[in-house]
Amino acid sequence: MTTPLPGGVDCDLHPAVPHLTSLLPYLNDYWRDQVTTRGMVDLVSQSYPTRSPISSRPDRRPAKGKPGERLIDMQSHALDPFKVAYGICNPLYGVQMVFSEDMQDAFCRALNDWLVKEWLDKDARLRGSIVIPIQSVEKSVAEIERCASDPRFVQVLMLVMGDMPLGKRALWPIYAAAERLGLPIGIHAGSAYHNPPTSVGWGSYHIEDYVAQAQAFQTQLTSLIIEGVFARHPNLKMVMLESGFTWLAPFVWRLHKFWRGVRMETPWVDRPPMEIVQSNIRFSLQPVDAPPDPVVLNRLFDHMQSDELILFSTDYPHWQFEGEEALPEGLSADLVRKIMIDNPYATYGRLKQTAAA
Amino acid sequence: MNIQVRERPQGASTVVAKTAIADCDIHPARASKTELYPFLAKRWHAHLETYQEHPYQGMLEGPPYPKAQPNAARRDAYPPEGGQQGSSLSFMQKQHLDPNNVVLGVLNPLRTGQGLRNHDLAAAICSAINDWQIEKWTSKDSRLKGSVVVANEDGVTAAKEIRRRAGDKNFVQVLLLSRNVEPLGQRRYWPIYEAAEEAGLPIGVHAFGFGGNPITASGWPSYYIEEMVGHSQCQQTTLASLVLEGVFERHPKLNMIMVEAGFGWAPSLAWRLDKVWQRLGSEVPHVKRPPSDYIREHIWWTTQPMEDPEKRQELFDVIEWIGWDKLLFATDYPHWDFDDPSRVLPPDVSDANREAFYLGNARKVYGVGA
Repeated sequence: MTTPLPGGVDCDLHPAVPHLTSLLPYLNDYWRDQVTTRGMVDLVSQSYPTRSPISSRPDRRPAKGKPGERLIDMQSHALDPFKVAYGICNPLYGVQMVFSEDMQDAFCRALNDWLVKEWLDKDARLRGSIVIPIQSVEKSVAEIERCASDPRFVQVLMLVMGDMPLGKRALWPIYAAAERLGLPIGIHAGSAYHNPPTSVGWGSYHIEDYVAQAQAFQTQLTSLIIEGVFARHPNLKMVMLESGFTWLAPFVWRLHKFWRGVRMETPWVDRPPMEIVQSNIRFSLQPVDAPPDPVVLNRLFDHMQSDELILFSTDYPHWQFEGEEALPEGLSADLVRKIMIDNPYATYGRLKQTAAA
Repeated sequence: MNIQVRERPQGASTVVAKTAIADCDIHPARASKTELYPFLAKRWHAHLETYQEHPYQGMLEGPPYPKAQPNAARRDAYPPEGGQQGSSLSFMQKQHLDPNNVVLGVLNPLRTGQGLRNHDLAAAICSAINDWQIEKWTSKDSRLKGSVVVANEDGVTAAKEIRRRAGDKNFVQVLLLSRNVEPLGQRRYWPIYEAAEEAGLPIGVHAFGFGGNPITASGWPSYYIEEMVGHSQCQQTTLASLVLEGVFERHPKLNMIMVEAGFGWAPSLAWRLDKVWQRLGSEVPHVKRPPSDYIREHIWWTTQPMEDPEKRQELFDVIEWIGWDKLLFATDYPHWDFDDPSRVLPPDVSDANREAFYLGNARKVYGVGA
């Protein structure tokens, strides 16, 4: 087992909202009334069914309630054993599935306020991601600006499968706000289910949806690079969360080949794709989609041509590894330091600000 | 990759290219809109002229993303007698088959009845394309072999067409495309797999197609390059569907060939499938073995467009993980991103791997002897 270094950053933790009613204290009268009068049910995304093995390790599943719902579990299963200095909370509550921009905005604001009160205020190691009402770009920018005044918010969170490809220009005001406020954009696995969950339609099984997350990340990277997001926002970082990363090198080889062939179509992409990835894109560590053989894994790291791309994550409470083997076998001490400490601090500028404060 | 810019004697080739090769992805085209009419019942002539093709996408005259050049094909591949690139057998022989020493060329017709919403029209056009392949190509040049194209959204009719062609040595595979109304593992397509296995024909799944779904799981992208790169993601999902629906468990003798969608992604996808299957296998009890087992046993990969890392060894790492016995050389003639057989493999690849890559694997999977 590769030993974790104390003082690292866990970049992908999932605190669970116990139920929609948990947000009632954070909603105004109108929305509280809407939720109760209309008999609205809990917003659970089928990306992570509560009882699915992927949603929680069997040995860490709570006797009742949702995995990740109690701070004490997150502390004893993730924050304490890996001795992290910080843990970044990425709530996956199903607010992105809502179609109404007004309702989505109310729920996102409540969710962000809930995160501050129920988590960030209760453990000084915790940091948060701002969940945005993506049905309205204008409201998303407003929510980013509202939350950004709390330095414990270190990132903006979006899902990898939404209404439109993430590079689309309509979304750029969100990226401008994030860049201006020193917030990376975290893109997490999951779908709003406003489009079929794969690029070839609806599959039969939950397992297909999960496998397809990796392909969705690939098409989003294409979109972000090709539309020119990073030519316009060179200081913006984006972090692919729970994306897998062993597909990265072959994906970039293909993108590079076609870019050389048809770059006249998108002349603003004036650097090779791998250079753009290295300057602007990061990936969370888990899941490691590779065989257990450390030789193969180290070849995969060689193919990525950089030791700065991967950020430590446990993906708690999702089931990605056994015991405390969050770091795969065979990583060098240098790479462990990069993954656990140097890379996350270089990516999340706000961690340094709060450390100094 | 588009026009010849280096000095090379016309019609000649390098020493390496004189090795006999199989080209597992050649695209034959029609020289005119009416070239198919002799193979189509009269009612469809009028129908096509009145209503056109009615595909699962909006543009009637061409693809939704304009190509980077006419027909996505080499500008030097227009036949001297006229017609679009790939529409002349004699020019294909002169420009490609002869100088590159292609001894086995697999035809993959792309503009067929596949992806049309009127399934009767789809079946009629597919059947006509199959007759046309024999008449215009395979009966005239024994190096060329056809693909049975089928009305992909109507599994029962498609299976009939496959059974009709079973045993006909003009054909070496059934051809499907990666984008359909549903992922290809879905049961509406099962009759196709049953008939192909029975006929002893592998199924080629070529990148492309229209099924009405946005081509990413987050909607429609903006650019042609996104569509091009995105073929590999559609192919990954398609392959995952085939494995997770248990197609290879039910059809243990069925082989499939992933055509023109890259292969670099294969190891990562297989590792991901295995890992997730360990967690979620109880949802799919019909998947009895680790998904990578089915992929290793049943899947072949054509090479073009071959991924091109700066360091060649990285590509060879990937090939080792897939297996040298599973790659099939392809040029994609006459398309613009043609891979030149003389430059695809560096000299230090072993003779055995080189032979398998250029020819041996193709003979094996298509069942075509020397």
